[in-house]
Amino acid sequence: MTTHPQEAPAESGPLAVRLRGIGKRFPGVIANDDINIDVRRGTIHALVGENGAGKSTLMKILYGVQPPDSGTIEVDGRTMRLSSPADAIQAGIGMVFQHFMLADNLTVLENVVLGAEKMHGIGGAARAKIREISDAYGLGIDPDRRVEDLGVGARQRVEILKVLYRGARTIILDEPTAVLVPQEVEELFDNLRELKREGLAVIFISHKLDEVLSVADDITVIRRGTTVATVEPASVTSRQLAELMVGSELPTPQTEASTVTDHVLLEVRELRLPDPAGGRELLSDVSFRIHRGEVLGIAGVEGNGQSELVEAIMGMRPGMTGRILLDGEPIGRLSTRARREAGIGYIPEDRHRHGLLLDAPLWENRVLGHQTRRPSARGGLIDARAARADTRRIVENYDVRTPGIEVHARALSGGNQQKLIVGREMSGDPVLLIASHPTRGVDVGAQGAIWDHIKTARRAGLAVLLISADLDELIGLSDRIEVILRGRLVGEFDPGAVTPEQLGSAMTGAGQDSAGKETDA
Amino acid sequence: MNVRLTKLLLGLAAPLLALGLAFLITSLVLALAGDPVGAVWSQLLQWPQPRNQINILNNAMVLFLSGLAVSIGFRMNLFNIGVDGQYRVAVFVAAVVAGEAWLPGYANTALAIVCAMLAGALWAGIAGVLKATRGVSEVIATIMLNFIATSLVAYLLAKAAVREEGSNVIGTKVIPESSWIPGIQVWSDVATELYGFIVITVLAGVGYWFVLNKTRFGFELRATGQSATAAVASGVSAKRMTIATMMLSGAVAGLVGLPILFGDSHSYGSTFQSGLGFAGIAIALLGRNHPVGIALGALLFAFLDEQSNPLQILVGVSPDIVAITQGVIVLTVVVSYELVRRYGARLEQRRVAAELAAGVTVAADGDRRDPDPDPSAPSAPDGSRGPGDGDVDLSKETTR
Ligand SMILES: Nc1ncnc2c1ncn2[C@@H]1O[C@H](COP(=O)(O)OP(=O)(O)OP(=O)(O)O)[C@@H](O)[C@H]1O
Ligand SMILES: [Mg+2]
Repeated sequence: MTTHPQEAPAESGPLAVRLRGIGKRFPGVIANDDINIDVRRGTIHALVGENGAGKSTLMKILYGVQPPDSGTIEVDGRTMRLSSPADAIQAGIGMVFQHFMLADNLTVLENVVLGAEKMHGIGGAARAKIREISDAYGLGIDPDRRVEDLGVGARQRVEILKVLYRGARTIILDEPTAVLVPQEVEELFDNLRELKREGLAVIFISHKLDEVLSVADDITVIRRGTTVATVEPASVTSRQLAELMVGSELPTPQTEASTVTDHVLLEVRELRLPDPAGGRELLSDVSFRIHRGEVLGIAGVEGNGQSELVEAIMGMRPGMTGRILLDGEPIGRLSTRARREAGIGYIPEDRHRHGLLLDAPLWENRVLGHQTRRPSARGGLIDARAARADTRRIVENYDVRTPGIEVHARALSGGNQQKLIVGREMSGDPVLLIASHPTRGVDVGAQGAIWDHIKTARRAGLAVLLISADLDELIGLSDRIEVILRGRLVGEFDPGAVTPEQLGSAMTGAGQDSAGKETDA
Repeated sequence: MNVRLTKLLLGLAAPLLALGLAFLITSLVLALAGDPVGAVWSQLLQWPQPRNQINILNNAMVLFLSGLAVSIGFRMNLFNIGVDGQYRVAVFVAAVVAGEAWLPGYANTALAIVCAMLAGALWAGIAGVLKATRGVSEVIATIMLNFIATSLVAYLLAKAAVREEGSNVIGTKVIPESSWIPGIQVWSDVATELYGFIVITVLAGVGYWFVLNKTRFGFELRATGQSATAAVASGVSAKRMTIATMMLSGAVAGLVGLPILFGDSHSYGSTFQSGLGFAGIAIALLGRNHPVGIALGALLFAFLDEQSNPLQILVGVSPDIVAITQGVIVLTVVVSYELVRRYGARLEQRRVAAELAAGVTVAADGDRRDPDPDPSAPSAPDGSRGPGDGDVDLSKETTR
């Protein structure tokens, strides 16, 4: 089943990238250790591995962001020293990071030419080039849209376009599908297959093993910093892959006996949110209830009002009208802090923007959002000792892989950052958990563990508003699913009876009208 | 080498490197201008006389407060350029209140200090409110407020002033002697005394450290400075925090002129020392927003100022040369901290590598290199847990 890269690959096309013996250490951590990978031209090569296995680190090395401590990199047969992304771009390597790096307030054109002004200028020629690339690979991107108006799927395509614009022949995508719903994933994969046909090489990191199996030509498994195997998708199942990665079985979310009570915990009535720019309402007439012990799932293509809904409930959106009742008490006028103190836990969709202080130690990140409550604070003072102790508890219980609680959040891998946030928001026994993509970027093993934590809390009466792009997660965890489309709740489904396909078509508005895509492109 | 020792040495290396560089650049400027390099340095770097020592401490006190005020803003990514205007308004208010002497003795002093802090806070608060409600950049607002403060104080001074006979120097009423803050006699044979305000200055430094590092308010302030979006999601009101921070910064700025007012001039007049607010920006940068760093920076600046006074007479070189040195120091500090940080990171990397080679890390987590997956213990603590917690983050000291 496995072929080690040292042995000649079965069908050896020309190699786009050849990594040998790559090693990289951080204080207290060996991120990469003797990594060997061959990426053939005209293929999609997937990298899989647990959170913190060293995938992002390896790709940053290949992209020249960090130097390796040891090992050699060959690009198109030539040994390279890549000491900056500029070198990597020169060598025809491009990267789309795990966390997007677009400037929201600029247009697509401006974002694309930023730093590459020399190539085609910043005006008409650049615009024409962008259109040309967009058409050639079916990306469907309008160079003059502002990035903040784009959905995640479209932003993703802008990132890819940015890389192609710089002449990349090898493209690295770090967890590109984590934020996409199935339809968008399919579109992305079509784009990738197009790239592959044009002779590009794509390296792609994902935790979603089924996707990996469907799109990749080769799969390399990284475990604790080292390559343990390179396999062909035809020869493995996702279960076998997971075992290679973590040595554990693939979890399936399974709703257990319902714990829904008839005690309404959250009631949202006629929530509306006007568009500050004067467009169509971002939320119109949204009403629902969540009972104690119930999980309400919200399904929708990203950009249809999910973020606005969550932020309105958290008190972060001025201009909202309507009523929000928590356990019978109106909270619609309370500050974000008061809402948190009333027992709302909040897992934000964008962990870097809303969830973490990247340059603060983990224990201070434990305090964030809980700075008025025990154990983080005592009176007006921060209780560093208790916060540290509780951080250790979270690190332990949620399996956050870190050399210690004094390291900065930035030093954690994406998935481990997510685990820390989930652990933090589940602490202090919240009565309501607002979870936006709670397992985004988390590996299969940790995903199962987070689901278990949520289920356990639900049994004890936690109400959960769950937003997720992962339909399996949504169906497996929810007691009820509402579909959101263009700011409205357009249909309710029983997760026991609905299939992902049915949900998918409801999410795009198929059957009602076909305008669902407009929000995304 | 011992990890702690390495860290300490690295911590010292950055400022020393910066001073060395500044020394070289200043020498270069002197040499190019044809001035006697050696003579200038031997004047500047000689051990100060007792009288000069006291002057240095007194000036440093004022600069320290100014740096402290600026750095409160820095911790929240607010650039309070308005310390100059804030301390002027504040010291004027304090001089008027203390001069009127509504209360007796030290009660009068205390009232005047509180009024000064309030005045500074309100003046800075204007910029805070403009920023919070209208999004006006605090940089622009505080610069404008500086101009307004200068004119406003001059205008009010003309109204409130009593003219000293036979002079066109005007000033507020002199504070009654019972409300002065007595100086501290340091050397028995030197008339110059250390401002008694040093007690309040030290308290301000300790208070700064305590509020920022130990209190919830300080946590929220720093959090907002690091990531405004994350702070808002955590329940901080960004607007209120902006206003509060500006006001706090202004309140401390309100103290800047007071050592002079209560220890030396005893009234506010047209000759009152100006420009103290701008030095604070340089000193806050130099001190990396840490109270001890700010204190050292203030001492250094005060030292250079004091030592440069007789340059013109003794060596025939304009004392302005130290303003160049001071400016250069601020630049070299920024550069050298970055250099040392990178060097430190490399050193740390090598240390980890060496330990690894010696088998320390491997022993600490033996299963890391185990090629055989162990399905029975999927959630066992991962190998990434390294040798120790304390010695991980080398960059912390240097980047703060
Ligand atoms: N800048 C850094 N400083 C210190 N340690 C780091 C740094 N970057 C990464 N690490 C550590 O290196 C290891 C590998 O991290 P990496 O981000 O490569 O993981 P990953 O495989 O991409 O995980 P995920 O699936 O969670 O994104 C982790 O233990 C992480 O804590
Ligand atoms: Mg990663």
